[in-house]
Amino acid sequence: MKKYLSFFRIRLINGLQYRTAAYAGIATQFAWGFMEILMFNAFYNADAAAFPMEFSQLTSYIWLQQAFLALFMTWFLDDEIFSAISSGNIAYELSRPIDLYTMWFTKNLAIRLSKAALRCMPILIVAAFLPRPYGIVLPANFLVFSVFLITMLLALFTVVAFCMLIYIATFYMLSPLGIRTAALSLTEFLSGAIIPLPFLPDNVRKIVEFTPFASMQNLPLRIYSGNIAGSEMLWSISLQVFWLTMLVLIGKLWIKKALKKVVVQGG
Amino acid sequence: MRLYLKYLSIHIKSQMQYKVSFYLTVIGQFLTSFSAFLGIYFMMTRFNKVDNFSFSEVLLCFAAVLIAFSLAECFGRGFDAFSGMIGNGEFDRIMVRPRNEMFQVLASKLELSRIGRLVQAIIVFAYAIPASGVVWSADKIITLILMIISGVIVFSGLFVIYAALCFFTTEGLEFMNIFTDGGREFGRYPLSIYGEGILKFFTFVIPLALFQYYPFLYLIGRSDNTLYMLLPLIGFIFLIPCYAIWKIGVRHYKSTGS
Repeated sequence: MKKYLSFFRIRLINGLQYRTAAYAGIATQFAWGFMEILMFNAFYNADAAAFPMEFSQLTSYIWLQQAFLALFMTWFLDDEIFSAISSGNIAYELSRPIDLYTMWFTKNLAIRLSKAALRCMPILIVAAFLPRPYGIVLPANFLVFSVFLITMLLALFTVVAFCMLIYIATFYMLSPLGIRTAALSLTEFLSGAIIPLPFLPDNVRKIVEFTPFASMQNLPLRIYSGNIAGSEMLWSISLQVFWLTMLVLIGKLWIKKALKKVVVQGG
Repeated sequence: MRLYLKYLSIHIKSQMQYKVSFYLTVIGQFLTSFSAFLGIYFMMTRFNKVDNFSFSEVLLCFAAVLIAFSLAECFGRGFDAFSGMIGNGEFDRIMVRPRNEMFQVLASKLELSRIGRLVQAIIVFAYAIPASGVVWSADKIITLILMIISGVIVFSGLFVIYAALCFFTTEGLEFMNIFTDGGREFGRYPLSIYGEGILKFFTFVIPLALFQYYPFLYLIGRSDNTLYMLLPLIGFIFLIPCYAIWKIGVRHYKSTGS
């Protein structure tokens, strides 16, 4: 356990060094969120009755999404792992007395957390001072806020567990780039990164909400604004725990199988 | 020009060496922008209209921007990946050759796999061109072609600025993404839906609206002003400041020494 913790610490501290990049990132994310809100605003003006959530719920969703982007974007993958697999450097990793899955998992967690930690506060603070309904609103009560934090952490785990499957799939593919980008862009859509899931037609949304992708950013961001509450919330959280366990289990079994077959070419 | 064609044929040949990988990347590119299309589709079926533009009109706008962007990215990729060129000292080699630097950067890369996006844009066009209810007379066809050409030029100009800023920072500036990728993402809808202020900004500062919004109004018959049809030509002027920034950048250039 201790060795994984120190991997986590190294990565975290490493990630916290890139402050100038973070400032540029903050500005970009802020402008991006602003444009998104203006776009949804145009749709709201076109037909307010067809709007599936309250406007303030949507703006909270978007600002939180921009602030915590690094936690949730599925396409944000660690290139080191890919090059380790394709260059054969993975042999060194395998000779160490560590569990590869756990190490990659903690590394990814740390990278994402450090990136988000540098960026989230300025965005949230500015968004909090924007006039209603364009800014972010406070959650209804403390309970909602704590559930939001817990589900966000679980969502982060789910995202990383999903990314692990992509890393492992690389063992089997020689040129994975095309399939990877295609799969990831669909994942983005299903997880509610492009438009929040309530904007989908009801029958499509019900199916999507069963998939593991709905347990990513969709769940915590909608819990925060009270868009998911009550029994629906309990149901979604159990589904989230279920998918997280499944993804981790599949990943662990799969990496075992993949490593048995792995042939490291010399050189 | 002959030299550029020569470069092009070399790039095409080299990328065609790995055929399977090439096709997979093309499919990947196709599906990537497909999710953007899904976003528009679901939003427009829910709301029917946005700012009084109908679904097929929005698609026309979306396809024009997507074609322009993918062509610009296909040919202007050298500028997009320019920070790498400065980082590894490649640009030093370019400067000692007796040709224009800009030409060499332009010719250094060609990203054929962007065809995936192009294919999608063409499919969307195939649907939207008859569905939009536009009577395709000669002036409308010219407008559409002007929109696309001007779009390629403005996006390429943005890539040049992006590259020129690397002279000062040696790394790519993430903030420029809001104009390049953002231009593609938010240009899916006619720029007026974002409000007066944003439209002005994208008219006078970053001239995206010159090829996306005003000629588009003329195209769908929202405006009879023939001036709007010719506004994309003004977009060409955008290349002048881009070139100036590039020149300043080159003068400012210090090798990273590697």
